[in-house]
Amino acid sequence: MPDGDKNVLVGLSRDGEDTTVTPLGYPGRVLGPGETYDTVSEKISSIVLKQPLPKSWWFGFTVAFAMLMMFLMAVSWLFYRGIGIWGVNIPVAWGFAIVNFVWWIGIGHAGTFISAILLLLMQKWRTSINRLTEAMTLFAVACAGMFPLLHLGRPWLFYWLLPYPDTMGLWPQFRSPLVWDVFAVSTYFTVSLIFWYVGLIPDLATLRDRAPTRGKQFAYGMLALGWRGSARHWQRHQSAYLLLAGLATPLVLSVHSVVSFDFSVAIVPGWHSTIFPPYFVAGAIYSGFAMVLNIVIPLRRLYGLQSYITLRHLNNMANVMLATGMMVAYGYLMEAFMSWFSGDIFEEFMMVNRAFGPYGWTFWLLMLTNVLIPQVLWIRRVRITPVLLFLVALSVNVGMWLERFVIVITSLAREYVPAMWRMYYPTRWDWMTFIGSIGLFLTLLFLFIRLLPLISMAEVRELVAEHEEVEP
Amino acid sequence: MPQIFRRRSNTIARVSILGSVVFLVVGGWALDAVWWSPYTTKVNVPIEQPVPFSHEHHYSGLGIDCRYCHTSVEKSSFAGIPPTETCMTCHSQLYIDAPLLAPVRQSLAYDVPLRWNRVDDLPDFVYFNHSIHVAKGIGCSTCHGPVNKMPLTWKANTLYMKWCLDCHRNPAQFIRPQEEVFNMQWAPPANQLAQGHKLVEAYHVNTQQLTDCSMCHR
Repeated sequence: MPDGDKNVLVGLSRDGEDTTVTPLGYPGRVLGPGETYDTVSEKISSIVLKQPLPKSWWFGFTVAFAMLMMFLMAVSWLFYRGIGIWGVNIPVAWGFAIVNFVWWIGIGHAGTFISAILLLLMQKWRTSINRLTEAMTLFAVACAGMFPLLHLGRPWLFYWLLPYPDTMGLWPQFRSPLVWDVFAVSTYFTVSLIFWYVGLIPDLATLRDRAPTRGKQFAYGMLALGWRGSARHWQRHQSAYLLLAGLATPLVLSVHSVVSFDFSVAIVPGWHSTIFPPYFVAGAIYSGFAMVLNIVIPLRRLYGLQSYITLRHLNNMANVMLATGMMVAYGYLMEAFMSWFSGDIFEEFMMVNRAFGPYGWTFWLLMLTNVLIPQVLWIRRVRITPVLLFLVALSVNVGMWLERFVIVITSLAREYVPAMWRMYYPTRWDWMTFIGSIGLFLTLLFLFIRLLPLISMAEVRELVAEHEEVEP
Repeated sequence: MPQIFRRRSNTIARVSILGSVVFLVVGGWALDAVWWSPYTTKVNVPIEQPVPFSHEHHYSGLGIDCRYCHTSVEKSSFAGIPPTETCMTCHSQLYIDAPLLAPVRQSLAYDVPLRWNRVDDLPDFVYFNHSIHVAKGIGCSTCHGPVNKMPLTWKANTLYMKWCLDCHRNPAQFIRPQEEVFNMQWAPPANQLAQGHKLVEAYHVNTQQLTDCSMCHR
C-alpha cells in the first residue's frame, strides 16, 4: 500500500512542516501530531473570532475589493453602452465572456469532487480541505454564472431563460444546450450551497458557543439552527450529508458535460467532437485542484495550518492533478488525431490553424503550461514542496484558461468560409471584466475566511478520535 | 452561559418555514394577478379623448360602417384615423353648436388635426398589418371586442404576445367568413372549429409560418 497510514519516519522540518513518511517515502499524516479536540476547535475558530485581524487579511481583502470595484465599473459601463465595448463581433461572437464562464465553472468542480466523491469513497484526506473547496466552488460558480448573463445583449431580460408563465406565450428553446446550461449551473449551485451549509451547521454551533459577543452569538446561533450536538442530531446530520453527497456526485460529471455540449452540439470545426464531455470534465477537475492548491498553499502558511493541511494533502492533490492532466493531454492528442483521421478538410484545417494560424502562439503556450510543465509532478520532491507546487498549479490555471481561449476563439475566427474570417482582439473592458471577476472571487473568499471556519472543525475532531484509536 | 434564544424561538423558526412557503405561493399569485389585471394591461379601461367619441352611437345607433372612418383598413397596415373633414361631413350640419364638439370645429378652423389618444398601441418592434387580417377573415370584433357597445373606447384585449400567439397557433378558433368581417354582431357558430379549419384551408392561411419569429418581428 503506497499511501498507507503506517508512519515509520518521523521528523519536523524547519518551517513547521511535518515530514512523516510512509515506507515508500510518501507523506503520511492527514493530521499533525499532538492535535486534540481542544487544539482543533481553538485553532480554527480563532481565525474567525480573533481580533484584530492579521495585516495579511486586510492587505489581501483590500486588493481583492479594489479588483471587485473595477469589475463593477466595467459591468456598469457594459450595461450603459452595450456589448459593443467588448471585442466580440461576427464571427467571433463568443469572446472572453464564454472563455471566462467555462474557466470559472471548471474551477468550481474540485469542490464537489472533494466533498462528495471523496466522501463516498471514504478518503479521509478530504476532511480538512472540503470546506474551503466547497466555498471555492460556490464563489467560482457565482463568477461563472454572471458571464453568460453579461454577454446577453440585454442582461436585464436574463429571466427569459427560465420557463415561467410569461406574457409572450413562449417557452425557452429546450433543444438548445444553452438552456440546459441554465439548469445545470443553477442546480449545481443550489446543491453545492445546501451541501456546504449542512456541513457547516455543527461548526456554526461551535462558533456560537465560543463567540465573545452577544451579536456574534446571535448571528451564529441563528445559522446553527439550534444545533445541540445530541446523538439524534448527529445521526440525522450524517444521513442528510451522505444523501446530499450522493445527489452531488452525478453533478460533478453532468455539469461540465452540459457545458461542453454548448460547443460539441454546434457544427463548428474544433467544437463538434464527441470527446468533449469527458475531456471537459477531466479539465474541470484539473483546473479545480490547481485553484485549490493556489488558495490552500498561501493560506496554510499565513494561518499556520500545516498540521491540518499536511504535505499528504498537497501530495494527494498533486496526484489528482497529474492524473486529470494526463486525461486532458490525451484529449488534446485525440483532437489532433481525429482531425487527421476524419479526412475532413475543415477538421484538418482547424488543427493546422490552431497550431500555426494567427493564434498559434496561444496553442503552444497552452501545451507548455498545461501539458509540459505539469509533468514535473512526477517528481515527489515537487509534489511536497509547497512553493514549487504553487507555481505548477498557477501554470495549470493559466493553461486551462488558454485551453478555453483556443477552443472558443481559434475555432470561430477561422470557420468555414474564408470571406468570413475575422480576428478577435479583447478590449480593455474584456480584460477589466475578467480580472475583476477574479476580484469578486477573492473578495468572497476573504469574507468567507473572516466569517466562517475554513476547515471543518467537527470532521477534523472526528479524525482526532480515529487517530487516538490507532495510536493511543 | 445565559441562553441566547428564548423558548419561543423554536416556534418562530417553524412558523417562518411555513411562512416562507406561503410567502412564495401568495407572492407568485399576487405578481401574476397584478400582471394580468387592468391596472397593468389597461384592458376595459376607457381612454381619455379630446372629444368623447361614442362608437356605440355611431355604429349601433346610426349604422355607420367601420370603413366610413377607418378607410385604409382593407388595403394598408394602418386602419386609419379619420381626418377632421370626415367628422364634418355630418357635423357641419348636425350639432353645430354642441360644446362637446368645439375641439372638432377648432381643428377645422385652424387646420390642426385632432390628437386622439391611441387605444390599441403595439410596441414598435412588432410589425402588424390590418389588411392581411381583414382579407383572411379575422373580424374587427375578434381583436377590438364589442366596439359597437362602447360609449367610450377601451382596449378589449391585452395585446400581449401570448394573446397574438393564441390565434396564430390555431387561427381556426377565430376565423370567420370574409363577408362577416365588419359585422360586429357576429358570433362564432357551434361548429366554429370545423368551419374554421375549412376557412383556413379556403383562404390559404399558411399556418406553418404563422408562428415564425419574422412574421411579426421583422
